[in-house]
Amino acid sequence: MPDTATTPRNITAAHEDPPAVRIALIATALLIMGVLIVVPLVNVFYQALAGGLRLYFENLLGDPDTLHSVKLTLIVAPAAVLANIVFGVAAAWAIARFKFPGRALLTAFIDLPFAVSPVVVGLFLVLIFGLQGFLGPWLRAHDIKVIFAIPGLIIATAFVTFPVVARELIPLMEAIGADEEIAAVSLGARGWQMFRRVTLPNIKWGLLYGIILCNARAMGEFGAVAVVSGRISGQTDTMPLRVEKLFQEYNMPGAFAVASVLASLAVVTLLVKSALEWKTRSDLAAAAREASEGGQA
Amino acid sequence: MSISVKDVTKRFGDFVALDHLSVEVPSGALLALLGPSGSGKTTLLRIIAGLEVADSGTVLYEDEDVTNSRVRDRNVGFVFQHYALFRHMTVFENIAFGLRVRHTPKAQVKERVHELLKLIQLEGLERSLPSQLSGGQRQRVALARALAVQPKVLLLDEPFGALDAKVRQELRQWLRRLHEEIHVTSVFVTHDQEEAFEVADRVVIMNKGRIEQAGTPQEIFEQPANPFVMDFLGNVNVFHGRVSGGRADLGGLNVEYPEYMDRESREATAFVRSHELDIQRVRNGRPALQANIVHINPAGQVVKVRLHAEQFGVWLNSSSRPGGCASSFRTIKFEGGGDE
Repeated sequence: MPDTATTPRNITAAHEDPPAVRIALIATALLIMGVLIVVPLVNVFYQALAGGLRLYFENLLGDPDTLHSVKLTLIVAPAAVLANIVFGVAAAWAIARFKFPGRALLTAFIDLPFAVSPVVVGLFLVLIFGLQGFLGPWLRAHDIKVIFAIPGLIIATAFVTFPVVARELIPLMEAIGADEEIAAVSLGARGWQMFRRVTLPNIKWGLLYGIILCNARAMGEFGAVAVVSGRISGQTDTMPLRVEKLFQEYNMPGAFAVASVLASLAVVTLLVKSALEWKTRSDLAAAAREASEGGQA
Repeated sequence: MSISVKDVTKRFGDFVALDHLSVEVPSGALLALLGPSGSGKTTLLRIIAGLEVADSGTVLYEDEDVTNSRVRDRNVGFVFQHYALFRHMTVFENIAFGLRVRHTPKAQVKERVHELLKLIQLEGLERSLPSQLSGGQRQRVALARALAVQPKVLLLDEPFGALDAKVRQELRQWLRRLHEEIHVTSVFVTHDQEEAFEVADRVVIMNKGRIEQAGTPQEIFEQPANPFVMDFLGNVNVFHGRVSGGRADLGGLNVEYPEYMDRESREATAFVRSHELDIQRVRNGRPALQANIVHINPAGQVVKVRLHAEQFGVWLNSSSRPGGCASSFRTIKFEGGGDE
């Protein structure tokens, strides 16, 4: 805490707990972090690389089903992220800029996918798009496959990661306010010009942060995808499904190799996220500062 | 380009912001909308701009009905109270924005922006970001941005509201000079009567969604139309008394009032502006009130004095030039009893 650095040593600041309490709390937190997060994460990499680098890459690239799962994830996750960028920006715009009936309801519904178990989400989708489902006969008549196919995987992933981008943008857009957008319109900008030249540059870091987070969730999604995919090896298995399958088949080195790729992704996401978090926070602070400067007079 | 607002009404829920209001802005005028907060002045400005839509009534630019045209098609320059500069753009890009969205050729944009930078006296700062500028500089950039597209009318919403006193004073003078230079029809909103009277060549005083008085600063200052205007112009002394036979008896003060010659006595209220009261150390035989000085505030060109006439229980505000004397009782406005 840099702000307590000026406090003389022999005086205990009123907001500071006794040293014993502090040490105990910090130690507990670190212990839990270590046991639940750091050790397993390190172990994933250790197990994956235990047989040497050659075996590691053989496990990753030698198995056609594993390779297919990587490719499939690289299709499904970006597609879901793209869908959620569009949805997220639209929803954030609607909520931050307009007062309309049902606004509170929409705000609440955005969080729904976080509250519902992903498996239930998968079942929803089967009930709608499955052969016996609501749209099943129509889809079959038009020869469109959703369940047990890539569209189903994308829909399931998009649904589960729905709130991420919107949640990131709503507070940011509310803090920035509509003034600059109104100014742009008064200067003759069309809707799209206003969005591209004024709104987007103002929200870009927050949006990027949302995209990174959304992508991480999308690549790691298991529950909903497991239900709608049918888990066909080499066809509808994404990386998380592949890890579980290899694990069930007692192919530990293979399972850990794929898992290590997902774990690396998590680490990279974390780093990028921290950098962007810092950036968006300074943007938010700047917006708040500007607002309070204006409000003071 | 003159502006006519005809019979405009605007409600927000139960609140009537504008109540069948009409106003004319002559071409090339610099008009101030003056009023307390909640008087509807900003709403009126936003309706003229097209940022708000009137519930009923029409808005004309010259002879063109713009009531239903959108803000981006009206070609107005709008200056916001909190500047609303594009925070991620440089000063240059901020000013150039209106030209860029109209796809103006680059060379022309550059020329126009530099012309405006010179006008707002911020040459050399074109690569700065708004966050690096002072409040006064930001507001000037906002003004240049609004002027870049050669608007038909210039609308300013409390343009100096967010600035400190000294900068505000400078910017007022500057805006006045700027208007003399470019002569674009301008309307600005303010709650500061001094600002309105100093800058504008026409003042419209608003209250509760209606116009109380419109005219030149001199007309309003010398002939306030009603008690509200009187009071709003500041530091008015109120006397309660009676009038009869060409004289007014106002709690100790007995003055001539030839406008009411009737013998029958009626109740009246007199409003006396602070600069219309004289302070004398000794009685000079003219009608006077004895009062004690409670507080003296030397506020620049005038000295504001607060007095208490104990005998009659009246608190008085007086302002006069140090050394000089204001002529006494130039204006008395009577109300009540149905007179004039």
